[in-house]
Amino acid sequence: MTEPVGGFSPALMRGLLSRRTLLRGVGGAAVAAGLTACGTAGTATKKVAAKDRAATDKSSSEKIVNWSNWPEYIDVDDKTKKRPTIDAFTAKTGIKVNYVEDYNDNDEFFAKVKPQLAANKDTGRDVWVSTDWMASRLIRLGWVQKLDQANIPNAKNLEPNLRNVEFDKGRLYSLPWQSGFTGIAYNPKSTGGKKVETIDQLLTDPALKGKVTLLTEMRDTVGLTLLSMGKDPASFTDDDFNAAMDKLQKVVDSGQVKGFTGNEYGKGLASGDIAACLAWTGDVVQLKADNPSLGYVLPATGHMIWSDNFVIPNQAQHKTNAEKLIDYYYDPAVMAAVEDYVNYIPPVAGAKEVLQKQDPSVATNQLIFPSAATLDKAHVFRGLSADEETRYNKAFQSLVGG
Amino acid sequence: MTATVHVPGGSMPAAPVEPRKRRASKVPYLLLLPGVAWLLVFFVAPMIFLASQSLQTGSIEQGYALTWHIGTYGDALSAFHSQLFRSFGYAATATVLGLLVGYPLAYTIAFKAGRWKNVLLVLVIAPFFTSFLIRTLAWQTILSSDGPVVGFFRATHLMDLLRSLHLVAGNDLLSTPFAVVMGLTYNFLPFMVLPLYASLERIDIRLLEAGGDLYARPFTAFRKVTWPLSLPGVVAGTLLTFIPAAGDYINSKLLGNTSTTMIGQVIDGQFLRVLDYPTAAALSFTLMLAILVIVAVYVRRAGTEELV
Repeated sequence: MTEPVGGFSPALMRGLLSRRTLLRGVGGAAVAAGLTACGTAGTATKKVAAKDRAATDKSSSEKIVNWSNWPEYIDVDDKTKKRPTIDAFTAKTGIKVNYVEDYNDNDEFFAKVKPQLAANKDTGRDVWVSTDWMASRLIRLGWVQKLDQANIPNAKNLEPNLRNVEFDKGRLYSLPWQSGFTGIAYNPKSTGGKKVETIDQLLTDPALKGKVTLLTEMRDTVGLTLLSMGKDPASFTDDDFNAAMDKLQKVVDSGQVKGFTGNEYGKGLASGDIAACLAWTGDVVQLKADNPSLGYVLPATGHMIWSDNFVIPNQAQHKTNAEKLIDYYYDPAVMAAVEDYVNYIPPVAGAKEVLQKQDPSVATNQLIFPSAATLDKAHVFRGLSADEETRYNKAFQSLVGG
Repeated sequence: MTATVHVPGGSMPAAPVEPRKRRASKVPYLLLLPGVAWLLVFFVAPMIFLASQSLQTGSIEQGYALTWHIGTYGDALSAFHSQLFRSFGYAATATVLGLLVGYPLAYTIAFKAGRWKNVLLVLVIAPFFTSFLIRTLAWQTILSSDGPVVGFFRATHLMDLLRSLHLVAGNDLLSTPFAVVMGLTYNFLPFMVLPLYASLERIDIRLLEAGGDLYARPFTAFRKVTWPLSLPGVVAGTLLTFIPAAGDYINSKLLGNTSTTMIGQVIDGQFLRVLDYPTAAALSFTLMLAILVIVAVYVRRAGTEELV
């Protein structure tokens, strides 16, 4: 107890001071030079020319493929915790699959791989699964490679309605892994037994006040809102977008909305903390297995449909192996095995016929194998220019984080 | 473990003694080298990069160029000042609550725990054995609307009190400012308790006995002896709580609603979702400067006026 009681603080101040003097010693000029250097380094974030994208393919010498996918997005044997279709692929081709579930969120994953892709370096991954708009951005930036169709003969099984998407005409760069709808899920326990059948009811019904969640995916939340206003998400204007944002802002200001979520709405919906929310089909089918009382509605005004797509990043070290993997999953029998577990909508024609024999309850589920009438009411969100994407994201983000 | 605990209050004051012994030895500089190198690589370099980024303009498609566009700061502040102030408000509240909970706890462990001292200290640190995220998610379950905590709050009219203070809106605890502040308080409590314990534990018990001999009542002895002697711990504890709490975004994200957004969440959104790197960098820089100013003012006040 010899030092003064306040000893801690003057010492800290001195520390700050001396550090400041040190910085001054280094010199403002050096700092300015550093700032400028970073500025020029930053300009490297640019489109990569088609000829510079491929790496030397090690597929034949290294029998591996590195695949990043979303969590719980593939068949798992509940007893052994193994992944049967992946194991069967390895047994068939001798290619070992490094399957990593590190794709939790499009934006987060983009931030994770951006530094390598911007510098046109290997990301350590040969294939991953990006949602439509992210696949669109990657194609626009030139950060993914053309698929070699010769290695993917099964691509002929792709459902015809998915062949000519706006962001990838003729599917040169991407192939869907799973598709799904976005609609409304509700827990009757918390709504007082009430059904929630329209977007307007979700956004305004006082019985749901403070117990509604919407999705952080702008295209789902805004798309469904546009539909509720009679606009088509595939061909809306700036004014339509602004009107939808105004509508949502009023809803948020009124305290109707508890928050914006990704996949994590499942827990709250099951416990009843969330009375009703925007939700993805596959999630709800899985949730309903444990909570049969949960309701899921595709609103009469229309619902959103999206796909998550295989893409092969620039400088992937095992491109051919990745293409063989994609080809394998485009076999209807294999896709049927995946579907039986993940319960999304398979993009592979013929999977339904396989499941009709193996698991008829899945084959007749409208959320997994929708009828033509259901598909007619499914809408896609139109592709955005870079400028629109920035403006819309900005507006939506201030709604989410107001 | 006690050695590390002593650091905040103990080793710093030794610094002023050093310059007087003028020795030509290079050893101290060599010893400093790893620390300085660490600081340069992981603090100074990113800082310069951040400052540069905040002054750039461009987009991810065209690339970014340094244009010294200082206006980004003005735009970012006018758009997000409410989140910035809210963050400091929540962090300050959590710090005060942390002190109110942590001081008696640290006091008890230091003076009254006897042979249970080490067990209690381990219990304070025990939550760190699981991840920050898991612990915050656990609060979702604890505060959920069908849980016992909500039931208790409703039955005892505490809920009405919180509602009149605008800390909750409806009849629930989750997704309210209350839940966010509770989460912050809980998550940073050990950072408060450990420095407090370290400075309380070093107090010579004979000083208190002497106070008693001079007819000081226990409260007077506490006010005149224990509290002043524990102030280094209070300063360290409040700083270690306030600084990370102000930048936190997990608690408000998981326990809050759309009107509890803190500045960390805004930065996260601007960086990850909007891809507006200059705004994200400008906000990060502003947050850092604001914290630096607040801390400097606080330390100076605590250091010169109250303590002398």
